[in-house]
Amino acid sequence: MSDVTLAVAVLWVFLFTYSILGSIDFGAGFWSMLYGGKHNSKAGALANRYLSPTWEVTNVFLVLFVVALVGFFPHATHILGGALLVPVSLVLLLLLIRSTFMVYAYSVAKYGRLLNVVSGITGLLIPGLLVSVLPITLGGFVTLTDGVPELHMLELFTSTTEYAHLGFGLSTELFMSALFLADYSREAGDEETYLNYRRLAMIWGPVNLVMALLTVSTLSTHAPWIVEGFKRNGLWFGFSVLAFIAAYILLLIKREDGRRGYPRASVIAVVIQYGLASYAYFSAHMPYMVYPHLTFDEGITNPAMFRSLFIGYIVSSAILVPVFYMFWRLFLKDKRYLQPEKN
Amino acid sequence: MDTVMMARALFGTSMAFHIIFATLGVGLPMMIVFAEIMYHVKKDRDYVHLARRWTKASGILLGVGIPSGTIVGVMLSLLWPGFMKIVGQVIALPFQIEMWAFFFEALFMSIYLYAADRLPPVIRVISVIFVAIGASASAVMITDAHAFMNTPQGFKLTPSGEIVDVQPWVAVFNPSLWSTALHVLSTAYMTGAFAAASVAAYRLLKARSAPREAAYHRKGLFLALIFGGIMSAFTGLNGHATAQMLHHHIPEKLAAAEGLFVTQSHAPLAIFGKANPDTQMIEGGIELPGFLSLLAGNRFDTVVRGLNDFPRENWPPLYIHTLFNLMVFIGVFLLALAFLALLYRIWLKKSYPRWLLTVLVAAGPLSMLGIELGWIFSCTGRQPWTVYHVQKTSEAALQTSGIGTLFLMFISVYVFLLVVTSVVMYVYFKRHPIGDVLDKSDSAARTPAAEGEGAST
Ligand code: HDD
Ligand code: HEM
Ligand code: HEM
Repeated sequence: MSDVTLAVAVLWVFLFTYSILGSIDFGAGFWSMLYGGKHNSKAGALANRYLSPTWEVTNVFLVLFVVALVGFFPHATHILGGALLVPVSLVLLLLLIRSTFMVYAYSVAKYGRLLNVVSGITGLLIPGLLVSVLPITLGGFVTLTDGVPELHMLELFTSTTEYAHLGFGLSTELFMSALFLADYSREAGDEETYLNYRRLAMIWGPVNLVMALLTVSTLSTHAPWIVEGFKRNGLWFGFSVLAFIAAYILLLIKREDGRRGYPRASVIAVVIQYGLASYAYFSAHMPYMVYPHLTFDEGITNPAMFRSLFIGYIVSSAILVPVFYMFWRLFLKDKRYLQPEKN
Repeated sequence: MDTVMMARALFGTSMAFHIIFATLGVGLPMMIVFAEIMYHVKKDRDYVHLARRWTKASGILLGVGIPSGTIVGVMLSLLWPGFMKIVGQVIALPFQIEMWAFFFEALFMSIYLYAADRLPPVIRVISVIFVAIGASASAVMITDAHAFMNTPQGFKLTPSGEIVDVQPWVAVFNPSLWSTALHVLSTAYMTGAFAAASVAAYRLLKARSAPREAAYHRKGLFLALIFGGIMSAFTGLNGHATAQMLHHHIPEKLAAAEGLFVTQSHAPLAIFGKANPDTQMIEGGIELPGFLSLLAGNRFDTVVRGLNDFPRENWPPLYIHTLFNLMVFIGVFLLALAFLALLYRIWLKKSYPRWLLTVLVAAGPLSMLGIELGWIFSCTGRQPWTVYHVQKTSEAALQTSGIGTLFLMFISVYVFLLVVTSVVMYVYFKRHPIGDVLDKSDSAARTPAAEGEGAST
């Protein structure tokens, strides 16, 4: 495989991981806010129990993606910097407010509710805004004059595709997190909370699918070149929809013990669904990083640096995998953590 | 202001904000490690409470440190595309390794915070040691990128500006890495320690009528003074090494730091005053004849190069002389202060006098000021270069306009968060006074059944 293919593969893995972890993270923050009031506070507490140990780790994945992007594709920073400065800065400000307020909410019980609401709502917006960066890379909003990139904000924020992307990001976040928390509450043996999150997942799942289709349909006028790419990868998208249907059915099935659904299997099916869809999206996006100004080939670093980085990723993953395993055991498996009230 | 100036202002402010939380994020875990170890040595539960309260403070600071770090990380890529082009081709490794250090730190931080009561006590100590190692490693890695900007190597530049013959590891082990990394680490440790000392001293001033609380705060203060004192001494030594590094590798920065215009042996060390380029003199300062030569090369006859040897447009701004002097002054002052306090305690076996406690309250803020001064000195003193003798700042910057509005937005959020963070800290510790914690702990200790180990509660 060529350097470019490998580098894109690594980036895809990071982006894919972050889009799932980030969706769950921000979504869980939102649900914890929504259920943080008087009624149904068990659902809020559960979301919080997931968030406390994980938000920091999730955030590192975001930074990891940026660092890997710049490391592998240094020649892309010029255009990306100019095109993304404003939208990404907005995301960063929201992120700053969201994380700090979330941490403060634990510390100052008196204003906890207010702080929680602020962090829940800012967090809700972040994934939507992050996804809405995608249309910028599809072309039409960035012009180069004398090599200086400029983003046309007005056109961006008056285009339908921008809002379709935003809605897609938002619904993904709500769907993913609800489904994940359903599984988490099943693991915690809390059937009531499980049913609550399962219901939410069953509402937001179809919404998410519709938003995805709507987003693609806005692209046919806006970025026909990528729609061509989608057609070439139609098979993968088809499998992806099948995986979604499987996930949905897995939530509906009635089990022998009388309980409803197999949330763990459903989560896995949805991860596969997003894996297939994002793979197809990336393939369709190739070879452009920012259409039509920049291809991945133009952006790649030199072979010596590529090799060092790649070896670095292999070595460090080998070191970190055991720690991640320990982390998973402690916070996603251990009943003593999941069911504090029973101990 | 033009785009380059705006980018510099926005980035510099963001770094100055991040560094407050980052430095404490490196320094405080070290204090927590010592408190945990002291508990295991002395079996005195006060040390557990020290560890817990420092951990709580770290937790609050982390809430700002992580997202502000994310901001500078992403902003670096957005605002300095020219620089990132060099980074991506030559010095991407430390940034990447830093990410793994962050994972390490974040994973073990969660384990220490939320799983300690389910793990054996040894694992608790080990996990906080890993937190400290992760934080220090990330500081060393980002410092490596900074050191590379000062003393770049590991690549060749063709006349047309292309980068060839890249050797990533040669770039990583650039000549200023060791001195700079040691200096950054020791100053972060001393700042963590003096921050803890400030709080303890303040509480001691207030807790005169509560002997039990005073005993607790004295333990915290003593631990902080020992570690802070050792680290200040160490800072003086490796600061000296850093200055010698400047002498060898970045002579115009040393010359500007000392306001030296004429190349000479037996060069004088100027303390305070203001460098005047027209008279080529330091005005209003004290000069110690020969001492700059001694500092730079360990001998009075070392020849130190002056600013006149370099083209005027490449001079760093001359006010860095003041920044440098203040930083060194703070270092010497804090060393003396820690030594004096320890003298009262260890050799004279007296309690700390009130005036001394009052001065000690200032130690933490002063140390943090030293960090800020040092960084601004180092980054501004590199001007007009972003990568020394390779890339000018104007070539590194983003050319897209419209940074002004962003700048205002970021500044307001930073100011807002500084205020809110202080309020949150204050409110939290006010609502959970140490007196209550100690009472509960002492009465639990009298009923042997309640001998709990965990860091829960
Ligand atoms: C508590 C903070 C603090 C204190 C007391 C000192 N320093 Fe420092 N100094 C730093 C905090 C700092 C820093 C923030 O860590 C810097 C900024 C960049 C860097 O690498 O370290 C730094 C940089 C720095 C540099 C510039 C390196 C460069 O430009 O690359 C020199 C020459 C010194 N220091 C020397 C000293 C000396 C001789 C000190 C006398 C005791 C001293 N510092 C005390
Ligand atoms: C020498 C100066 C710096 C030191 C000592 C330092 C240290 C740290 C530490 C200890 C943290 C963890 C947060 C905490 O514990 O509070 C942190 C966070 C972070 N820093 Fe800095 N940092 C420095 C400068 C920078 C710079 C220049 C960048 C960007 C290029 C940067 C990027 C980050 C990022 C991205 C995070 C957040 C990581 C996460 O998501 O967990 N830091 N830094
Ligand atoms: C952590 C404390 C730091 C502070 C307070 C700080 C402060 C500043 C300031 C004030 C400037 C503007 C300089 C000027 O224009 O006069 C600047 C520039 C810059 N700094 Fe630092 N800096 C810090 C650490 C770092 C580190 C660790 C790196 C390396 C990754 C770094 C990279 C840069 C870059 C790329 C610029 C812009 C180009 C330039 O002006 O040379 N900074 N910083």
